[in-house]
Amino acid sequence: MAAPLNSSATATVVARANALFEDLSFTSARQWKAAKPGRKVIGYMPIYVPREIIHAADMLPLGIVGGGDQLEVIHGDAYYQSYICRIPRSTIELGVSGRLDFVDGMLFPSICDVIRNLSGMWKLMFPNVYSRYFDVPQNYQDDTGGNFYINELTELRHDLGKLRGQPITDDEIRRSIAAYNENRKLVRDLYAFRAEQPWQAPAAEVYLVVRAGLVLPVEDHSAMIRDYLAAVQAEERPKRDNCRIVLTGTFCEQPPLNLIKSLELSGCYVVDDDLLLVTRWLIGDVSADGDPLQNLSLAFLHHSESTAAKYEPNQKEKGQHLVRAVKRSGAEGVIFAAPSFCDPALLERPMLQHVLKSAGIPYIAFKYAENSGQMQPIREQAGTFADSIKLWSAA
Amino acid sequence: MQTFVGIDLGSTTTKAVLVDEQSKVMGHGITNSRSNYETAARVASQEAHVDGQFTLFRRALTDAHAQVELDTFLGALERAFRLEQFLEQLDDLEQTCVSQIKGERFAKVASGVKDALAEVFRCLREEAPELYTPGAKRKSDFFRDIAGSRYHAHAEKVARDASLSYDLLLNVYDKSIIEVENRPPAGKLSDKFRRALGRVLATEPSVKSAAADIQKMIEGALAIDLEETYLVGTGYGRVTLPFSKEHIRSEILCHGLGAHMMYPRTRTVLDIGGQDTKGIQIDPNGIVENFQMNDRCAAGCGRYLGYIADEMNMGLHELGPLAMKSDRPARINSTCTVFAGAELRDRLSLGEKREDILAGLHRAIILRAISIISRAGGITDEFTFTGGVAKNEAAVRELRKVIKENYGDVTININPESIYTGALGAAEFARRAHFGQVDGGKQ
Amino acid sequence: MNTATKIITSRAPAKEIVKDASMLKQKEMMAAHYDRLTSAPDTGAKVAATFVPGNLNELIMCFDLVNNLPEVNAIQNGLRRVSGSYVLEAEKIGHSEDVCTYVKSDIGMMAKGNIAPNGKKFPDPDVLLLSYTGCFTFMKWFELLREQYKCETVMLHTPYMGDGKITKNMVDYMVKQLKDDVIPTLERVSGVKFDIDRLREYLKKSTKAEDDLVRVLQSAKTKPSPIDAYFGGIYYIGPIFGAFRGTEDAIDYYRFLREEIEDRLAKGQGPVTPDGDMGKERYRLVVEGPPNYTSFRQFWKMFYDEGAVVVASSYTKVGGVYDFGFRHDPDKPLETLAEYCLGVYTNRSLPMRIDMLVSYINDYEADGLLINSIKSCNSFSAGQLLMMREVEKRTGKPAAFVESDLVDPRYFSAANIKNRLESYFQMIDQKRASAAAAA
Repeated sequence: MAAPLNSSATATVVARANALFEDLSFTSARQWKAAKPGRKVIGYMPIYVPREIIHAADMLPLGIVGGGDQLEVIHGDAYYQSYICRIPRSTIELGVSGRLDFVDGMLFPSICDVIRNLSGMWKLMFPNVYSRYFDVPQNYQDDTGGNFYINELTELRHDLGKLRGQPITDDEIRRSIAAYNENRKLVRDLYAFRAEQPWQAPAAEVYLVVRAGLVLPVEDHSAMIRDYLAAVQAEERPKRDNCRIVLTGTFCEQPPLNLIKSLELSGCYVVDDDLLLVTRWLIGDVSADGDPLQNLSLAFLHHSESTAAKYEPNQKEKGQHLVRAVKRSGAEGVIFAAPSFCDPALLERPMLQHVLKSAGIPYIAFKYAENSGQMQPIREQAGTFADSIKLWSAA
Repeated sequence: MQTFVGIDLGSTTTKAVLVDEQSKVMGHGITNSRSNYETAARVASQEAHVDGQFTLFRRALTDAHAQVELDTFLGALERAFRLEQFLEQLDDLEQTCVSQIKGERFAKVASGVKDALAEVFRCLREEAPELYTPGAKRKSDFFRDIAGSRYHAHAEKVARDASLSYDLLLNVYDKSIIEVENRPPAGKLSDKFRRALGRVLATEPSVKSAAADIQKMIEGALAIDLEETYLVGTGYGRVTLPFSKEHIRSEILCHGLGAHMMYPRTRTVLDIGGQDTKGIQIDPNGIVENFQMNDRCAAGCGRYLGYIADEMNMGLHELGPLAMKSDRPARINSTCTVFAGAELRDRLSLGEKREDILAGLHRAIILRAISIISRAGGITDEFTFTGGVAKNEAAVRELRKVIKENYGDVTININPESIYTGALGAAEFARRAHFGQVDGGKQ
Repeated sequence: MNTATKIITSRAPAKEIVKDASMLKQKEMMAAHYDRLTSAPDTGAKVAATFVPGNLNELIMCFDLVNNLPEVNAIQNGLRRVSGSYVLEAEKIGHSEDVCTYVKSDIGMMAKGNIAPNGKKFPDPDVLLLSYTGCFTFMKWFELLREQYKCETVMLHTPYMGDGKITKNMVDYMVKQLKDDVIPTLERVSGVKFDIDRLREYLKKSTKAEDDLVRVLQSAKTKPSPIDAYFGGIYYIGPIFGAFRGTEDAIDYYRFLREEIEDRLAKGQGPVTPDGDMGKERYRLVVEGPPNYTSFRQFWKMFYDEGAVVVASSYTKVGGVYDFGFRHDPDKPLETLAEYCLGVYTNRSLPMRIDMLVSYINDYEADGLLINSIKSCNSFSAGQLLMMREVEKRTGKPAAFVESDLVDPRYFSAANIKNRLESYFQMIDQKRASAAAAA
């Protein structure tokens, strides 16, 4: 007989997601690799890589987003001055401490100069690991940026095929596209559900469930999302008089879980965010017919999310994705959270704020680090913000 | 005999060390840094000279098998000497104060103030010997500190009794103290020693019998001229040091060489000072091969602990002992000093124990310091830890832990006299320069 | 005391700075350029803005556009010590303390009237050529300017040489962007039709100037070096990195400069400094990282006062690397523009940068590497600590590390830097002494 769906079902899913989140040795990924000889794991950093290609090679894409607030950085600090964000130093810490010794490759997407330079550092520090800087086009024309991107994808496909010992076929990529289409849809479903009933799906839980997608095989992750959605939909959770906000921060370096919890504790429902954008970077289904690389390319060019690292060619469009996110999720305001020293998030911020101002959407802003310990100022700021929104929307 | 002097002009204190031809330390001296660098250097140097003289006294008395308890006698002699110095400077202060009694302000009250001053100084002179009795607790050894507090105490009473404005007496003091402090020490050292010896022989019963012999030995030691053959100065943050270029060495190199002199097998040196942190790698000859500094960010320096002490309303020296009570250091995430205070308050309000938080804060400062060392190439056996923070047992405990966790078994050297490391290195540079050992000075 | 403890006496008065022909020429060129810019509203000339890394000056000239380079303006503001107030202004408006101070200086300058060094107002740009080359911040910089000026903006994406080489994919991509986007946009904005032969002519001229520039740079291989390749180098790269590459003026400038340097070589002279000729050459350094501009002279003085000359630097390659064989090639005009962009220093992978620094230390017989780490520039700074250790390992020569900023005067601490520099020089002396003793 099926187990009754109640709060303990939710707790079970969340507990598993939390365990995966806290495990800085990536035990589940290690176990996946050990389960079958010849298996390989490819690490990738934020914000987006086409995980389909990795999956198509029968490899596990492993999202590396730094060491968080549970990792003491001792060796990593020898590589970076104090005015550079924490994620590269904790990532190096993961590397030199052996926690990534089972990882066969690392992908560094073109999101900023720090991660860009880290790709070169990784090559020097771990010469036996396949390290690649993964460039995406800033030109969105099919024949220009599109062709460039298809060639990048082809190179990656070729390299991973070599790593596997067998070229990756088009069919394999198509099957992977289908699997990730499904996963992306589920993530969107989850986000849509949360936007509708945020009290049923607290932001910290949603974060953990989505984040599990960085370490689990995509099929397992899809199952987890389904389980979670079923569990929370069957539960009755207390509604709170919170205001609804969109949390934005580019989020290569992740905020501590406590920060997300603190926002909700201070009276804000996070109804949309750009945390872990890789899980739903491509909008809508990528076609599983025809040339898969071309499809991935077209999807990237024309149906992908916006973030600071992506050039917006149309001035009128600049920042509108945020306005649309606010409207779509029924939010009342925006909270800008940027990692300290983060060029993309901090340079982008004034422009986004101008757009919000023109659209009459209130916002606050603060900085954090992945290991920020004191939440008091953030609670105060968010709490005041929530109060002011409620006050003025009542008026 | 030939001696070689090293002077380290620090931000709070100026240190001097004297070494002999065989690189053996003869003496060291310390004084508070002041606006006139030359005077600070001279005073520190003289202090080292005095200390050197005492080394000679000790040698003389030991070699001649003097019938006297060495430590007791030399202790008494030192106290008597300090008293003589103090009295001399007190005279200077009095004369200078009196000379300030002029002009409009004192027009009507000049003689009254003069009388009051005479009384104040009479009291000061009278009580002075008490300050130098064995076991007397002094807040500080520096003239400005001792004289200042006693002057204020007496001046208040005397002013009240004489119905004079206390401000007037304060005014002449304030105008005089800097001048007096910055005046190079006058008078011959040997005369001061003799007067001090006289005091001791007159008052100490235990030495009365051997008085004549002791006098001869002391005179013999005094006759040895401690010649300052070569001097090297160092100091950070001074736009100009009061020495010519060939007599200056960088403070990083002095520090490295000084650590080598203390512990010849040292390869890595960590100095956590009040204002900066240095990680230094030295070769078997004590010469710096690599260094990294953290001199903008407070988080890895003594300043950090200063802020914490202020936040917790504790004395700096109380932090370590309290932190030692913890066996569960809190994980402090703020690497920034500015936020450490806030994080501290946060945790206290959440009910965390003070000692746990403090232990965590000590760990945080050590981790920051270790990252400086990592940049400079990591830790190679043996490791020497210097600077004010090295006296903090909680910091040392965390350091041992971190080193063990990341570098295994490494010999860790900590010298209670590590404040003299820079001056010692400078003195050794002076010695090497004199004997023609090319070492980085300008030829 | 009875030792030779002398108090430092006041310094000798500064010598008259000799104005060489190249210096005068450069001054003329800059003045004329700023006049052209500020009078554009009157003359009807159209103005383009672009970046130094990936500066397609020859292409821009094909459309009779005047080239305004915000980085150069920020440098000018730094040297003239007005950037500090501009940075503060930008932060007041809401820009973060953590981001690039070139950007903030530019934005602050705009907010305070947008006045050029000649006292007149900068014109609004007619087109922003967003040469996205070697630096992420460029993208945001021009998005910010676009927001302000609401003008045409065209993206030219230069892919990063992550694998240490130029690929066909990269060149094709860039050529296509030039053909389909950049050139049509510049045509439209300027009203001038693109003539590829005109581009070829300019490229030919560039090559001549580049040849002479490289001779000047490589003169530093001699002992003593007749040039300072970092501080002096900032002046030498002005024309080639700025609005003059491809012009006769630039050819003249570099010819004058080469002749002057050859003259110094023949006489065995060291470099010119603001205090006259440097004395005995005592230390030869390779420097990585941009200089500080707000305390430029003070920083430079810390070097030449100690007899330290910089024989090679990476920053002087940020607008183009010419000393490893690359020249603009008029026979493949668009491909050569792409290759030029791809090869600039900040577009090179970290391993490539390390290789370059190691080869400089060896080829120029340097005593060691000095890194000036810039707080607000992640493109240069992220990874420099690893670079430092790698270079030390491969060359066996010591490296030193100082920290400052581009144009924010709050981040230059003279005592700090002087202490580290002096310690470094003394360290080098020690190494020499023990090497001599061992020999």
